[in-house]
Amino acid sequence: MRRLLFLLPLAVFAALAAWLYIGLGGDPARIPSPLVGRTAPAFAVDGLATADLEGPALVNIFASWCVPCRAEHPLLTHLAEKEGVAIYGIAYKDKPENANAFLAELGNPYRRVGYDRDGQAGVEWGVTGVPETFVLDAGSVVVFKHTGPLTPDTVRRDLLPALGR
Amino acid sequence: MTRPAAILALLLALLSAPAMAALDASEMLADPALEARARALAKGLRCVVCQNQSIDDSGADLARDLRRSLRARLLAGDSDEEALAYLTHRYGDYVLLDPPLKPATWALWFAPAGFAVLALLLVVRYFRRRE
Repeated sequence: MRRLLFLLPLAVFAALAAWLYIGLGGDPARIPSPLVGRTAPAFAVDGLATADLEGPALVNIFASWCVPCRAEHPLLTHLAEKEGVAIYGIAYKDKPENANAFLAELGNPYRRVGYDRDGQAGVEWGVTGVPETFVLDAGSVVVFKHTGPLTPDTVRRDLLPALGR
Repeated sequence: MTRPAAILALLLALLSAPAMAALDASEMLADPALEARARALAKGLRCVVCQNQSIDDSGADLARDLRRSLRARLLAGDSDEEALAYLTHRYGDYVLLDPPLKPATWALWFAPAGFAVLALLLVVRYFRRRE
């Protein structure tokens, strides 16, 4: 046993290398949200405020100028129409007329839309970019956050279970 | 201006562009003491979309929003700690360029010293055995 001790540094190196290699595959834009586990933050913009949110629901941060928001839009429509999920939208750094034109073109899956012209509500939600989607439980506690456009996979694997379905 | 001098001037102007992009005068607070505190705090806050820059020297929109929020907190009478707490509450410890010392970051803070001690012990043992 003692004779094998000389292999210990190699083993330590291998373990460290494996750990760092896994880290290389991670997405540095994926920052854990400190909001998860807390109630929805206090914010108030035109059309939407904290008191309006009735969980369980999704809060989706979007913008008319955001291309991935277009990509995820059919999924939001599906969730609202086929699954009966309540979705609140926050138009981030967007003119209300542009946000409304976006919704007129693609359909409006939101129960209510708030217009966050200067991104101050975005700071309250800890938003780093659009789109971002938060899941609220029945007590309006944030239970999950997804950064970036939703995909059928994340909806099935993360969003619906977080909504309790 | 001679041609080489003109090219040099152009290059310098291009190089200085990112430095000018960050803080603009309209963002600054009227009170110089408050502004100095805001600048000092901003240097220690990470721009979360351009991760190795502080919000003080980043020209990103989000960095400007955070600078504005930070100044609004200071104007409202927050202490430095309260203003930082406001941002970590929303963006997590990740916004701090200087990570706080707590159980989750012990490995980060103590591992280098730990490895140095371990290496020293191994070296001492190696030379003892050779004697």
